[in-house]
Amino acid sequence: MTISTAPAPLAAGPPVSAAPARGSRLWSWLAFLVVALYFVLPLVATFYWSLRAEKGVLGFEAYRKLFADANFLPAFSESIVNAVLAIFLSLLIIVPTAYWVTLRLPGLRPVVEFITLLPFVIPAVVLVFGLIRLYGRPPLLLTATYGSSRVVLVCVYAAISFPYMFRSVDNGLRAMDVRGLTEAAQGLGAGWGTILRKVIFPNLRVALLSGALLTFAIVIGELTIALFMAQHTLGPYMAELTRSKVYEPSAMAIVAFAITWAAMGMIAYISRERKQM
Amino acid sequence: MSGGFLTLEGVRKEFKGKLAVDRFDLEVAPGEFVSFLGPSGCGKTTTLRMVAGFEHPSAGTVRLAGKDVTFAKPNERNIGMVFQSYALFPNMTVAGNIGFGLRVRKESAAARERRVAELLELIHLPDKGKSYPYELSGGQQQRVALARALAIRPQLLLLDEPLSALDAKIRVELRSEIRRIQRELGITTIYVTHDQEEALSLSDRIVVMSAGQMEQVGTPFEIYNFPKTSFVAAFVGTLNQLHCTVADAGSGAVAFNGQTIRVGSPIQFAKGTRVLMMLRPEELHLGEEGGDNRLSGKVDTVTFLGGVVRVRVGLGDSNLTLDILNERTLRLPTVGEQQTLSFPPHACWVMAEN
Ligand SMILES: Nc1ncnc2c1ncn2[C@@H]1O[C@H](COP(=O)(O)OP(=O)(O)O)[C@@H](O)[C@H]1O
Ligand SMILES: [Mg+2]
Repeated sequence: MTISTAPAPLAAGPPVSAAPARGSRLWSWLAFLVVALYFVLPLVATFYWSLRAEKGVLGFEAYRKLFADANFLPAFSESIVNAVLAIFLSLLIIVPTAYWVTLRLPGLRPVVEFITLLPFVIPAVVLVFGLIRLYGRPPLLLTATYGSSRVVLVCVYAAISFPYMFRSVDNGLRAMDVRGLTEAAQGLGAGWGTILRKVIFPNLRVALLSGALLTFAIVIGELTIALFMAQHTLGPYMAELTRSKVYEPSAMAIVAFAITWAAMGMIAYISRERKQM
Repeated sequence: MSGGFLTLEGVRKEFKGKLAVDRFDLEVAPGEFVSFLGPSGCGKTTTLRMVAGFEHPSAGTVRLAGKDVTFAKPNERNIGMVFQSYALFPNMTVAGNIGFGLRVRKESAAARERRVAELLELIHLPDKGKSYPYELSGGQQQRVALARALAIRPQLLLLDEPLSALDAKIRVELRSEIRRIQRELGITTIYVTHDQEEALSLSDRIVVMSAGQMEQVGTPFEIYNFPKTSFVAAFVGTLNQLHCTVADAGSGAVAFNGQTIRVGSPIQFAKGTRVLMMLRPEELHLGEEGGDNRLSGKVDTVTFLGGVVRVRVGLGDSNLTLDILNERTLRLPTVGEQQTLSFPPHACWVMAEN
């Protein structure tokens, strides 16, 4: 009898799959076209409507009026600041949590995922009443002033972003060798703070970007909670605008859309340029 | 008791009641290259991770340079580690990766730059400093990982199957690179592998492991030629085993299919005991010139491997494998032909049938 430890020959690879059938390509083009129309048509219609503020001619009168409105820019900038703060808060909570769960408590992943999904299933109205009842009463009284209400609002926005943020971060973590990179860094002498700052965050950049953008898009025009918290942000402003004006709301929608896209383009550009270290 | 630079004493590791490593005792001398060799799942990585500090032993102690580090954090041990998956930081350049440990140690940018250049030289990639890991081949990435581990001037270098993800040719190349660098720096090294050829060619000493236990510790020569257990004998190298009966314990003779085979030394089993007679393929010869023992059988298979030709000869229910060195004038045996095999008594040894 002979025992050999010579490596076994590699099995032949799977057969190369055939090219997709011509018919399926036609269908995917058709699907693309339908979806494109679904998105583009309303946008075009809105844009067209926003150009008709002056009788008889197409022009940017609605936009001029919008920017001339003394309430617009403050509301807009306040919303942007809120969104950015909420994004940072959310990142600071979600990234270390998702990282630790991936590394040390993979069994808890479904639980954490469920918790992050809660803001999804609780309607905003319910959420806001709960918040006001909890934080608006003694001894906290966090809704007493405009400023403290704003702090609560940012915290709530951060919580609302959890489902998106956790998903994005979780996907990002799955795409990298979390354990290997962590242990490599540890072996080189790095502590947890250094590992998060120098290894985990930088490698999550793309994932964080998508989470941040989604959060931004949701938070920037949020109405219900801002309204109940008596905040002068873009959501309540737009609601007021829709009630009182005809063409400006369309102009407003186009502006918001353009800014979101500009932000996306800018961030994508920056993230490609900045290959630091 | 301690004389080793790295000492493991009675180390044991359980995962939720499941034993992964048990009774692990080892002393590694400064500058020594020790391999852990064994099949997948035998506890090599777990042992290495306990040395690195990524796992804590359930029992036993780990001492490094005279200090008990059993429960020290990995980032306080000053140990360089190389992983099978390279684990290079994708967001950093090669130089950034190599310099990472020095940055953590707050070394000046100038000192860091000098050290990085030194290591790039050492791994023969002097102009790859500005490249990103994804721009390098697997072999180059693993060299960078090695340089990164060495940059911090570790007191110990740990490698966990560093070549397993690479092509055969690169594997052999990088293997000798690793040994050269290890010799050059004189760094104490532990190398985990399931590849016996790697372990044999690289190591000063090999620890053969099976099912969480140490089977044997010894030099490659000892492990290959004087295996202490049948597991070691079978796992390291190719081995012929024949089921025999002890014919004469004192003079060292066993009976196989009614024929007598002489083994070089007295046998520790009583006459009539069923035993396994073992010998390596390179000790067998075709024809009568190979020694006093003779067996004859029919050629089963002939495999041309380049430098050697491997021939399997059937002997009834058993068979023997032998290696012939290739020559241009060699007459290859043909399948089905009757052949006489010869081998010297001192090439044979006997173990209990399991
Ligand atoms: N974190 C862990 N949890 C539970 N079991 C583990 C863990 N790590 C390793 N094991 C088990 O311990 C045994 C040894 O594993 P390992 O040291 O990785 O083997 P090797 O490196 O020799 O292939 C295996 O049975 C493996 O399943
Ligand atoms: Mg392993």
